[in-house]
Amino acid sequence: MWKRKDLLGIKELSADEINQILDQAVPMKDIIKRDIKKVPTLRGKSVINLFYEPSTRTRTSFELAGKYLSADTVNIAVSTSSVVKGETLIDTGKTIDVMGADIVVIRHQASGAPHLLAKHIKAKVINAGDGAHEHPTQALLDLFTIKEAKGAFEGLTVTILGDILHSRVARSNIWGLSKLGAKVRVAGPSTLMPPGIKEWGVEVYHRVEEALEGADVVNVLRLQLERQQKGLFPTIREYARQWGLNARRVALAKPGALVLHPGPMNRGVEISPDVADGLQSLITEQVTNGVAVRMAILYLMSGGGVADVPR
Amino acid sequence: MFLVKGGMLIDPAAGIKAVRDILLQDGRVVEIGEHLEIPEGAEVYDATGKLVTPGLIDVHVHLREPGLEAKETIASGTRAAAMGGFTAVCCMPNTNPVTDSLALVEAVQSIVRRDGAVRVFPIGSITKGSAGQELAEIGDMAQAGVRAVSDDGKPVSRAEIMRLALEYAKMFGVTVISHCEEQSLAGDGVMHYGPMSAMLGLKGIPAAAEEVMVARDIILAEASGARLHIAHISAKGSLELVRAAKARGVKVSCEVTPHHLSLSDEAVSGYSTSTKVNPPLRSLEHITALRQGLADGTIDCIATDHAPHTLEEKAVEFAAAPFGLVGLETAVPLILDMVRNNELDIERAVAALSSNPARIFGLPGGTLRPGSPADLTVIDPDLELVLKPEDLKSQGKNSPFLGMALIGFPVLTMVEGKVVMRDRNLLVD
Repeated sequence: MWKRKDLLGIKELSADEINQILDQAVPMKDIIKRDIKKVPTLRGKSVINLFYEPSTRTRTSFELAGKYLSADTVNIAVSTSSVVKGETLIDTGKTIDVMGADIVVIRHQASGAPHLLAKHIKAKVINAGDGAHEHPTQALLDLFTIKEAKGAFEGLTVTILGDILHSRVARSNIWGLSKLGAKVRVAGPSTLMPPGIKEWGVEVYHRVEEALEGADVVNVLRLQLERQQKGLFPTIREYARQWGLNARRVALAKPGALVLHPGPMNRGVEISPDVADGLQSLITEQVTNGVAVRMAILYLMSGGGVADVPR
Repeated sequence: MFLVKGGMLIDPAAGIKAVRDILLQDGRVVEIGEHLEIPEGAEVYDATGKLVTPGLIDVHVHLREPGLEAKETIASGTRAAAMGGFTAVCCMPNTNPVTDSLALVEAVQSIVRRDGAVRVFPIGSITKGSAGQELAEIGDMAQAGVRAVSDDGKPVSRAEIMRLALEYAKMFGVTVISHCEEQSLAGDGVMHYGPMSAMLGLKGIPAAAEEVMVARDIILAEASGARLHIAHISAKGSLELVRAAKARGVKVSCEVTPHHLSLSDEAVSGYSTSTKVNPPLRSLEHITALRQGLADGTIDCIATDHAPHTLEEKAVEFAAAPFGLVGLETAVPLILDMVRNNELDIERAVAALSSNPARIFGLPGGTLRPGSPADLTVIDPDLELVLKPEDLKSQGKNSPFLGMALIGFPVLTMVEGKVVMRDRNLLVD
């Protein structure tokens, strides 16, 4: 049984809890592949998507995950909500709460915003990305994708490549992969590395070739182009040349190594188009798996047990 | 007449640490002795088992009035001070408007006369509106009794303005208090830059942001021969700079807050906005250095940087919340904690809370030698209280210590012979 009220980050989850979600996502993926993609499991439950940042895939993924399970899903786009009238997060949360929401999925630019919300409302809270802190459901879908392809995590070397400093995806992946027994490398310019990252039990590389040698998985992070304007690296061109993933570099990894990217991609910057669309890329599979993993999370958090898996 | 009987008197300036009786009359200390007779008609306070100290002085508080009365007023802030054992506070000028002229200093002083529960010494701003561009009328303000100027809350970013301020303030015997923060390094950071900030995904303020400006201001103070006081020192490197400067004879002093001595950046991990403060709660190596610096006398003063905010202002996302926490009512137990752990002599602690600030800023009090003002604090070192928001007299409830059991609280606060707090009850209306 799932015991946690909220899903705020991977850091506080146990390996068992992570595995519970990954196991649950397997039958959920079967549902997505059906012609009639609907089971009545969450009928009468409401899931509210409260997104303070633009998002296509995460929001749609949560919405479809809820709908495939027959939950009532509502999307609140902040730009058209009372937030623009100055309403605080707590007030917005309480308003949604008293309308009978069961689960609130929140995406917010401020690290810790989901924690603030969770403290003040009765509904369960799922973090769909908070600032540079965590993006637990992205990490879970990455883990699921790796597990599907590789079977297990022990002995795997996963290289996370790019802007680690600002990346919630990197943080959630580092915690998740480490808990499940994979070896994690991070690679990128020193100006995009968080302080003290070596204390997180990862290996830090600044030369991408070294970071890729013998890797089983390469997870390429999106580069937010405005970082260049802040002087964190000289030019997009140099970034692409020094740290962009291309076919020559992929060849340094283990044969059959997997290429992941959380999207949306800057083709030709952090990843070359031929790699993004190549045979080793699981980028589109990640998107499908995202729906399955989110179905699993909604299901478990709504009180579903492994015993009554919908088949 | 008032007789404080049987307490352990700690008066570092007078070199006394012994059980003594203290007789006070007409706002002055009359006599100190081992077993004073009780004069007829004298009120007696039995201080057996308690500590008796010169009235505590906090040289760094934000009383928020005028202009920001939703956060705090001179009435509520000085009542919080009385509860915390402080008989005098220096209030920072970042009110609205900024205290940057004689008229505004006098305005604060007149509110203090009407509403104040303890002594209040206004600090003027260094620059007009604390905008960092032109010097404020420091000479005028000095005539109204201002002993120090500061643009606290903001650094004086332009080195030339700081140089001029030091040169100018020196003529009037005014100390320049510097909030050291190089803004291009601090950026829009919200906590200490380090592994914790990285883990929490919050932007960091590196120790270097403070250290760089401490170095600059020490160099400028040395060149001008002016008096410089570093506010709320928080970084190990800053402390080393101050230590070296003092050894060279530079007229520099500094203060540390109780929260920087007792909380690390790990306290931020739950995103509680009560832990959001500037300078930020640092990592353990800095805390260790600060404790050492206080114990060895490199740090002169303990000051709270009491910074009240409304509940609404703090009940937001961590990055959106204002910096600051309330400190007046928790300073004594937090410092006594260090004394109990044998990290700090009680004399050094009391000096940093009374005689040192009095000496550095030329304020009355700081000792209980006969003839001194009857500003006195009695502390029960064993009194344990769980800190509850409703018990705080400050309007600001933004304390990171809420819900914690703290030990060692003031039980008597006397200002100029008048008891303003007794047995944890305020005696002012």
